[in-house]
Amino acid sequence: MKATVHVTLKPGVLDPQGTAIGHALSGLGFAGVNSVRMGKFLELDLAETDKAKAEAAVKAMCEKLLANTVIESYRVEIR
Amino acid sequence: MKAAVISFPGSNRERDIMMALERAGARPALVWHGDAEIADTDLIVVPGGFSYGDYLRCGAMAAHSPVMKAVNEKSARGTPVLGVCNGFQILIEAGLLPGALMRNASLRFVCRQVHLRVEDSQSVFTNAYEKGQVIRVPVAHGEGNYTADPDTLKKLEDRGLVAFRYVSPEGKTDPDANPNGSTDAIAGIFNDSKTVLGLMPHPEDATDPHAGGTDGLGMFKSLVNALH
Repeated sequence: MKATVHVTLKPGVLDPQGTAIGHALSGLGFAGVNSVRMGKFLELDLAETDKAKAEAAVKAMCEKLLANTVIESYRVEIR
Repeated sequence: MKAAVISFPGSNRERDIMMALERAGARPALVWHGDAEIADTDLIVVPGGFSYGDYLRCGAMAAHSPVMKAVNEKSARGTPVLGVCNGFQILIEAGLLPGALMRNASLRFVCRQVHLRVEDSQSVFTNAYEKGQVIRVPVAHGEGNYTADPDTLKKLEDRGLVAFRYVSPEGKTDPDANPNGSTDAIAGIFNDSKTVLGLMPHPEDATDPHAGGTDGLGMFKSLVNALH
């Protein structure tokens, strides 16, 4: 199965990269971008065939390594 | 005093740490990150650099390398652990210190001399300093912007676990004196028992008069005083 993981900064955590990208966009003339938040996207190819087990495993991976849950939240999708 | 200096792929300050320890009278030895055990030692140092190329997050990969299990075990039994720069990032990722280190607020890698105020002189790491003393040491990092949830920040303040703060040469906190945007100008913190210290600045690179000052030597003398 394939898993996709989005890791993003939690709401309220300052995102200087996102802010800088937002400034660059407005500098290029793209109006109306209220804010930009930057994150990471990971694709995992899993041997597991059970969807629930795969999701539980990937969530454990997020807690232990893929996300820093002090400042980041994550979202897992299994396909 | 025996000191184990951990070396990861991408560490680059381990020699600086060893020279600083030797100048203070300690006997340092390098330990490779793949080693599952650390020989009998009085101190563990996790040095600066770019372990594992800063992949995923700074310190995240190193925090799960074999040697860190041994560091955790020794730390749990009271062996002091010092983490400098990337070493601080690794100790945070390993759960030995609270909070997180984010991209510098300026988004720039900052390499310059800073002034630190010693907030506590009662630890094995800081006993050669006076509380309130201002020291001048360099920083060199891109991700040293300390943050933590409000409860953790309150605990750090209430229990006196902030070890160093970025200040002006006169010893006052000032946004211009804060190189990375750290919350409350925090440059270094202790764990609850003050046996683990993590800091972004490099005291080891202020131990030789030819390298711009010796204000950092006090940290290594403190350790030798306490752990000889």
